[in-house]
Formats: sequence, C-alpha cells, structure tokens
Amino acid sequence: MSDDIKKGGSFLVEEATPESIFVPENFSSEQLMYAKTARDFIENEVIEKNDEIEEKNFEVSKALMAKAGELGLLMADVPEEYGGMGLDKASSALITESMSGQGSFSVIYGAHVGIATLPIVYYGTEEQKEKYLPGLADGTKIGAYCLTETGAGSDALAARTKAVLSEDGKYYILNGSKQFITNGGLAFSYIVFAKIDGEKFTAFILDRDTEGLKIGPEEHKMGIRGSSTTTVILEDAKVPVENVLGEVGQGHKIAFNVLNIGRFKLGAGSVGANKVCMQSALEYAMERKQFGKPISDFGMIREKLAEMYVRTYAAESAVYRTVGMIDTLALSAETSQAKINSIEEYSIECAIVKVLASEALDFVTDEYVQILGGYGFCSEYAAEKNYRDARINRIFEGTNEVNRLLIPAMLLRKGMKGELPLFQAATALQEELMGIPSFDLDEDLDLLAAEKKIVANLKKICLFVAGVAAQKFGTNLADQQMVLSRLADIAIKAYAAESTLVRALKDAANRGEEGAALPLAVARIYCENAIADCEKYAREALAGIEEGDALATMLAALRRLMRRTPANTLAARETIAAKLIQMERIVY
Amino acid sequence: MKILVPVRRVPNPDIKVRLKSDGSGVDTEGVNFLVNPFDEYAIEEAVQIVEKSGGEVVLVSIGTADCEETLRAGLALGALRGWLVETSEVLDSAAIADVLAAVYKEESPDLVITGKQSVDTDNNQAAQMLAAKLDLPQACFAFKVELGDGKATVEREIDGGLDVKEITLPAVITADLRLNQPRYAALPQIMKAKRKEVKKVSLGDLGVEAKSATKILGLSQPPARAAGQIVGSVEELVDKLVNDAKVL
Ligand SMILES: Cc1cc2nc3c(=O)[nH]c(=O)nc-3n(C[C@H](O)[C@H](O)[C@H](O)COP(=O)(O)OP(=O)(O)OC[C@H]3O[C@@H](n4cnc5c(N)ncnc54)[C@H](O)[C@@H]3O)c2cc1C
Repeated sequence: MSDDIKKGGSFLVEEATPESIFVPENFSSEQLMYAKTARDFIENEVIEKNDEIEEKNFEVSKALMAKAGELGLLMADVPEEYGGMGLDKASSALITESMSGQGSFSVIYGAHVGIATLPIVYYGTEEQKEKYLPGLADGTKIGAYCLTETGAGSDALAARTKAVLSEDGKYYILNGSKQFITNGGLAFSYIVFAKIDGEKFTAFILDRDTEGLKIGPEEHKMGIRGSSTTTVILEDAKVPVENVLGEVGQGHKIAFNVLNIGRFKLGAGSVGANKVCMQSALEYAMERKQFGKPISDFGMIREKLAEMYVRTYAAESAVYRTVGMIDTLALSAETSQAKINSIEEYSIECAIVKVLASEALDFVTDEYVQILGGYGFCSEYAAEKNYRDARINRIFEGTNEVNRLLIPAMLLRKGMKGELPLFQAATALQEELMGIPSFDLDEDLDLLAAEKKIVANLKKICLFVAGVAAQKFGTNLADQQMVLSRLADIAIKAYAAESTLVRALKDAANRGEEGAALPLAVARIYCENAIADCEKYAREALAGIEEGDALATMLAALRRLMRRTPANTLAARETIAAKLIQMERIVY
Repeated sequence: MKILVPVRRVPNPDIKVRLKSDGSGVDTEGVNFLVNPFDEYAIEEAVQIVEKSGGEVVLVSIGTADCEETLRAGLALGALRGWLVETSEVLDSAAIADVLAAVYKEESPDLVITGKQSVDTDNNQAAQMLAAKLDLPQACFAFKVELGDGKATVEREIDGGLDVKEITLPAVITADLRLNQPRYAALPQIMKAKRKEVKKVSLGDLGVEAKSATKILGLSQPPARAAGQIVGSVEELVDKLVNDAKVL
C-alpha cells in the first residue's frame, strides 16, 4: 500500500496529518457545481411538491425522480459505459448531502441510488448491467432492495425466503415475504435475498412484472411518510437463472458491502439535513422576540445553535475523511473486485459515521423543535416534520446498536489477524501507564496543542479499555455488550475528534487563525466534550470488568490519560453563536 | 448563428450584503459567487436559439482568474466555449463595454444577448453602451425574442404594456426575467464544461485600454427603515405630512 493509503481502523494507532485527510474544503469547483444543481433542484422542485409527496402521491415522486435523472443526479455511482458518470465517492456523498431537505424524497432517492443500484454496479454481469443500470441512472426505473423479513431484521442472515431451481433448470422459484421495503410501491427492479434450498444465501434481481411477485400495503409511519414502505411477497415467483446476482451462496457479501456504502451515504445525507435545519433554526431564533429581544440573544439559545453546529461539523468531518480514504484506495484499484475491497476495507469507519451522523441529526432536529418552542411542536412549521423524519436514520442501514457492535468486533478481528498492530499498541500503552509518569514540562505551544493531546489520549483510552476487556473476557467478549458499546462510543469519539481537529488545523493553515475561528472553536469544544464523555464510558467499563486493587490501579492509569486543564468551551460556544448570528447564516 | 453572451461573476444574491468596516467594498467573507442571474436568462435564450436553428454560443467574462469558474458554470448550461479577459481592475460600465466591443470584433457574432443588469452593481448600462460603441441596434428588457431572416422581433415589457421592436442583426438584446426559465446545470454538462475551450486574454492582448471614468468613493448600508404608521383618515395623513414629516 502506498503512503497515503490508510488501513481501515488504523486511526486508532496512527496519527492523521492535515495533508493525509480529505476535507470538504477540498471540493473542486465541479463538485461544488454538482452540489448546487442538487440543492437548487430540491429547493425549487421538490420542496415545492412537499404536500403531494407526503400524501404518497407516487406519480409526483416518480416524476421528480425522472427529473433528477435527467439532471444526472442519479448517475454518480453508475459507470459511464452504462449511462452513469462514474464519479468518485466524495462527489457521490456530496450529491447525497445536497439532495436532503425533504425527508421522504431523500429516502426514495437514497435507497434508489444506494442499496438498489449499487449491487448491480458492483456484482452484476455484463448483461445485467446493460439491462438495468441505464434505467436506474436516468431515473425512469426506480429500484428497491429487499433484505429484511419479519423474522430477520438485524439478524438478516436468518432470512427464510427460499429459492428452488425449477426442474428444467431455467428458473429459480422464490417463496417468502420481505418486510419494510423502501420504494416497494414504486420500483421496477427489486434486489431480493433468498436462500437456495434453504441454505445458500443468494441475491436475485426481480422485475416488477415477475410472475408471483406481489406488493403489500403501505406502512403507516412516524416519519418519511411520503416514502413507500411495503412488504414484497413472493409466491412461487419465477426468476430466470440469469437473474442471479453475484455468486450463488455469496449473497451476504453483497448485502454487507452495499450496506457499507449505504452507511457513509446516510452519514452525508444526515449532514445535509442538519444544515437545512440549522439555517432555519438560526433564522427563527433571530426573528422571534420574547422579553423584548430576539431569543438569539439568550445564552441558552446561543448554546443550542453552537452545539448543533459543533456536532454537524464533527459528523461532516468524519464522513468526508472516510469517503476520501475510500477514494484514495479505490483509485489504486484496477479490478472491480479491488474496488469493492476498497469499501470493505473501511467498514469500521462507515459504521462510525453512520452512528455519529444519525445521532447528530437527532440532536439537531430535537433542538430545532426546542428553539421554536410550541411552534416547533406544530405541523405548520417544518421542524415537526424534520424531527419525525430524522428518527428512521438510527434504525435502518443497520440499527445503531448493530453498528456499535460491529465497531469493536471488526477492530478486534483486525487486531487478531495481525492487520492492525492493536495488541502491540495496547501492550506498549500498558507499560507506559504502569511506568513512572513523565511530567512533560516542555509545554507544546502549537495551535490546539491541548486538543492534539486529547485526541492521542482518546485513542489510548480506547486501546486501554479494549486491552483490559480482551484480557479478561477473551473470546467471550462478544457477550459483553455493555462493555462493547462503551468501546464503540470511545472509538467513535476518537475518530470524530481527530477528524474535526485535523480539519480545523488544515483550515487554519489556509485561512489563518482568525479566518478559521469557528472550526478552531469547534475543535476545542468537541475534544473537551469527547474526553469528558469517554472518561465516563471508560470508568464504567473498567468498573464493570475489574474490582478491588486491580480496578484502583486501572483507574489511576486512566486518570493519567485524563489530565488536562479544560478549555473554555463556553467562550468557544459564544464565538460560534455570535458569528452565526452576525452573518445570519451557517458559515464556516 | 453565433451568439455572444457576457457573464458576470457576482456574490450570491441570496446572501445579505455586508460591507467591509471601512466602507471600501463588499465583505466577501464566506460568500459564494455565482453567474449573475440575469445572465442565466441570456445564456438560456441563446442556447435555445442555437438548439433550434444551429450555431454556437460563446461566453465572455471579464475579471480575475476566479471568473473562469463562473464561465465554466455558464458553459455547463450549454454554451460551447468562452473568453476570459483577465484583469484585476474594477471596471465601470463604459470600460466593460469597451472590452466587450473588442471581443465582439474578434468574434463577429450575429447577436449579443446580455442580462439586463448585474445584481451586484445594478447599473443596467453596459449593454446599451456596447450597442452605441458598435453602432448596433438594441432592444432591452426582452420578454420574448423571435428570430427572422436577418432580423429579430423583440417584445419588451414596459410600464403599462408591451413594446414590440423589430431590429436588424447583428444587434444587442438584454434579457429580462420572464424571457425564459433557465435550466439547471445537468451533472454530465458540468463535467463536459470542464473540458470546453476557455481563451484567456489580457486587456493588452485585445488592444483595449478600458479605463474606468467613474470611481467608487465609498459604500454605505442604506439606513434602517423606520417603522411605518397606520393613519385613520386622509386628514390625519395630510396633517402628518405637513407637521411631522414636513414634506408638504
Ligand atoms: C422506513 C423503513 C425503511 C426500510 N427500508 C428497508 C429496505 O429498503 N430494505 C430492507 O431490506 N430493509 C429495510 N428496512 C428494514 C430495517 O433495515 C430494519 O428495520 C432494521 O434492520 C432493524 O430490524 P428490525 O426492525 O427487525 O429490528 P430488530 O432486529 O428486531 O431490532 C429491535 C431492537 O433490538 C436491537 N437488536 C437487535 N439485535 C441486536 C443485537 N444482536 N444486539 C443488541 N441489540 C440488538 C436493535 O438494535 C433494535 O433496537 C426499513 C425499515 C424501515 C422502518
């Protein structure tokens, strides 16, 4: 691997440099133009049709998808040979980010360009690509992806849908029922997972007019009500053998790899929705007067605005850093298998950004409602809908619990396989922590020096707790979910804090400290919050693992990683709020 | 038919304009720049004409190297190629007309379509001056353009109705808002625009001096509007105008 190619999960043992990470400030003018077209389209065409979309007038949504197709907004991930543009993932993520603002449409769009199109892009045969991709790329044919079943949600591989080869060997006969299928009611092609002979988990492409394929009624949902969510029922559905997607028995690879992409795209979409909500919240706060002044004069409202901004910036930094790594590795990949591997490589980071960004979105939409007070609770204002629409993001593309489990599990697996020197790092760390503390008095006066130390310590905390847990539980660690979730949270904060810090430093190197005042303030706040949170996670985890003297020794070691003078995060929040209010919009 | 369309790089008009503290100019911190919206109508009209009856749309932008980005945004709307006249000077309308006239002479287009004004300075002058300098017919604030044999019929919106002008080509037309509905830049077009030809020249290359005759001495925010009052009767209104406002 070349120098600028990072191994997945290596963020825990390597330090990121400003040169090595991709940040949104790196977007080219073409990429910004793609984003502008997407945003203009959403603002002028989609929001306009909000009521019809929400009433599930699917003809309207289909027409909008066709229009999006005409504008090339569905083409990013489809290769040029098949009517797409074959753009890099940074462009693809930025387009997804910019396509947010109408939650239902974002989901119709997101499922289409993501889980419904990508399996064919990565695993389809020449014939399948020629048949399906042009229609998916131009929006004339909408796609759906059918993995979930009533008995197989998080445990997707427990699927009971069965496929049996027909006697003449020309068809697979599928039987079963898929649950919660986005675009179920408007799709033309369905990627369906079924077990051949009840064993070999395999993906198939089904057309809408497949004999034996039926679409169930629409679910009534809390949010994204204008999206279609149905069951897909297969009763002796006749699927030609040519429509097997990928290899027989390899369906799980398709399912999981596509979810990896789905996860960073969900992250990008959440960041986009955050920006829309923040702008609206800011405008309202400046407009609404109570006690004779705009509520944006009040410290608690200013703090909300600042905190929404901090979490959005952190999520955005982590999303694009991840996407940048995928692009760098994919660039070096020649075969399509190698391209798939470039996404699989960063499955840890994809899981991290999914959790991070979907929870930032929940926070932002919640505070958005709060800033509007009673009006935020009423449907007449957009906040109420945004709040409901946000909620699904913690559930689909793998629940946040499942993604949290994946993070430490994949890290430990990479450590065991020797792909990442985690155990060496953990051992070195234990020695460092049990040894005599070095009182490094050579005070580092670099910009954000304290925050750099915090980031380094967050990683150490993660390695330390992981090391202790692995030693104690060995292979039984998988059963210790309450420890694992804390490990996941520490890893998420470490990755996000570093992404934020390095992005801010990179920005300051370009614009100077004054120009990058907001990003620097964000980094101070995020790092301080992260270490304070992680102290709690780590103490709880350690107390759950050890007791007595052993625990006391560990807590003493942990304290060494916590030592710091907290930054003045209240002042940093005020800096952010004051600037946003002065500029009357979300600036960086 | 060859159509020349000037495009100007302007600060995003949806962002509230803020001045630098010393009033020397507009504070561009955190401001993004776009194609002047009126110019998008001009490009759209030109592209539609060419799509219907053949030819090419050539863009020209005058300003710093950053204007290349603006040009490419215009090329993504369907123009074929562009000129970038690079200068760091701030040019007034007459100087801009001089530069455009020089490019006109290089290109000899059949038609020039411009936006009726640019949303930053709102001067609404350069196109008229260009027509005068080149001694071409002009039709401003077009609402509908119909091309015939060597001539154009232009409907213009004026106070109280429509004014229809027939002008012989070549001519200068300026676009108003209801002329058409500018398209979005489709993503494949944005990608193609990256590779379209942009000819970069200096004022010297064109042999124009382009000296601005006007100078901006300073800028200031308009005073905040005082709250209005609702009056109960004509008498009260007259009384207030005479005694409070002292305008009668
Ligand atoms: C609007 C909507 C659209 C959807 N679109 C699609 C689609 O297009 N295609 C598709 O295939 N699916 C789709 N889904 C399904 C979605 O992916 C699943 O709902 C999701 O994976 C969770 O499965 P479940 O609902 O069965 O919940 P369960 O798996 O039953 O989970 C219930 C709770 O238990 C937790 N849990 C489960 N297992 C574990 C574990 N091992 N450890 C700890 N906690 C655990 C979960 O995190 C959750 O909190 C959609 C769902 C919705 C609501």
